[in-house]
Amino acid sequence: MNERPQPLIVGAGPAGIRAAQALVAAGLRPLIVDEAPACGGQIYRQRFVPDARSSHDLYGSEAPKAEALHRDFAALEGKLDYWPQALLWNLRDGRADIMVAGTSRQVAYDGLVLATGATDRTLPIPGWTLPGVFTLGGAQIALKSQGCAIGSKIVFLGSGPLLYLVAWQYMKAGAKIVAVLDTAPFAAKFNLLRGLPLFPAIVLRGMRMTAELKLGGVALHYGVTDVRIEGKNAVEAIAWRQDGMEHRLACDGIGYGLALRSETQAADLAGCRFTFNPRDRTALPERDAAGRTSVPGVYLAGDGAGIAGADAAERAGERVALALLQDRGLPHDAGRTAALEAELARIGRFREVLEAAFPFPAHWIQDIADATTLCRCEEVTAGEVRAAIGRFGVHELNRLKAVSRIGMGRCQGRVCGAAAAELLAHETGFGIDAVGRLRSQAPIKPVPLTLALAAQQEAAE
Amino acid sequence: MPLLHRLVRADHPAIPFTLDGVACEGRAGDTVLTAILTQADRLRLSEFSASPRAGFCQMGACQDCWVVLESGERLRACSTALTAGMRILTRRARAA
Repeated sequence: MNERPQPLIVGAGPAGIRAAQALVAAGLRPLIVDEAPACGGQIYRQRFVPDARSSHDLYGSEAPKAEALHRDFAALEGKLDYWPQALLWNLRDGRADIMVAGTSRQVAYDGLVLATGATDRTLPIPGWTLPGVFTLGGAQIALKSQGCAIGSKIVFLGSGPLLYLVAWQYMKAGAKIVAVLDTAPFAAKFNLLRGLPLFPAIVLRGMRMTAELKLGGVALHYGVTDVRIEGKNAVEAIAWRQDGMEHRLACDGIGYGLALRSETQAADLAGCRFTFNPRDRTALPERDAAGRTSVPGVYLAGDGAGIAGADAAERAGERVALALLQDRGLPHDAGRTAALEAELARIGRFREVLEAAFPFPAHWIQDIADATTLCRCEEVTAGEVRAAIGRFGVHELNRLKAVSRIGMGRCQGRVCGAAAAELLAHETGFGIDAVGRLRSQAPIKPVPLTLALAAQQEAAE
Repeated sequence: MPLLHRLVRADHPAIPFTLDGVACEGRAGDTVLTAILTQADRLRLSEFSASPRAGFCQMGACQDCWVVLESGERLRACSTALTAGMRILTRRARAA
């Protein structure tokens, strides 16, 4: 037998599931690996065990989409190989190193679909390492997957559609929300009117959520700045400035996020070429409309290739699968590819509207106090980073990493990377597009040293 | 004071574990993070300043929620299911 190795899909969220489905439909048998114990990704994440809540309680208006994805993936059983709780930690020479069930396995693949998703983007603020502060995504997972509220008096802070969605979900679940603090001025929301012709249902749903939060007695504050989280051993209060006035609220839980950032480490290890994306303010792996990267046989889909949301991820997942089929000389539906690309383009235009309505507060960077922790892993302060930039004349991010330890900790800059780049750009006067990007290193998440050694031995034998 | 507050699953089967030597109970379906933070207000102390930490992203990205078992094994609390008999430490542990 001289069979080609199977395609490898990394991530079983909306993009990975739709890619798998399309490959299976064409008669291929992909391997799909995912860190979670069940498919769905973050937005359609499933519980460990069933509880008293319905699918509608968990996913709201998106329940039919969540159910369809979970059901469609379950229907692929037996037609693909699926490794849950599996971490892809390296890519080299056309092989993937994957940690699964306490051991590391090397997998040869023919066709690699990276659907690695996104995490919350943040900027450092005083007190953000205190217990009780979670990302918006983290707060949503606590509620959806674990059925827990992150506090008994909760404040949601940040920018992005997730800010209002998570607050609304918490309110519906019966949690006590003290306030929603939006970093953007109220006027920014008028931009959403431009989105009405594109996706009226989404815009109206957002407006309805905001109205219901107000009716539910949740205070909505816009244009908040100079935010400080106070507390000794855990969150006790949040203070901020707004229209020149000081404000302060007692609270014991904070959900915080400034929209999302793509998880691009695997694409980097795969050798994909990156270019700066002004909308996401970061370097992203290059891809064409179909999801092909600069590396033949490596494809990107979903938020891991640039933030576009779950609906786009489903379509992009199917689209890259069709590209993979085409590149293998297999039959594929050209009409379907055109339709998918048209839908992705429409979502892309809507994404521009969302960016204007929920802008990233880049201006916060100049006000970050020297004493504020920038890198949570290595506990490097903004002042130490500023000093390192000045002392060593640094103007490139990897150089800054070498002299300040930002991005060198366990998270590899997932959390502080955006802030470090913004701070470096501000201090040097270079553009955010000119400071470079943190190079990814294997293992892309911590794995036991014993595991890596065992893998090397296996490879040598 | 616990950081997390259960809204559902309070009546699910109990899973016994110990937290810094004290007998505790989680619930079936808990992550290690949930099991700890429904009874305590931290997961660990940071390596450099010994300041309390309790996780951040809850999706396996930020690496803020590592805890140590008495055996020396390290676990990422947000993405590890609680199992009966786990002996978890939140105090500063000697390097394992």
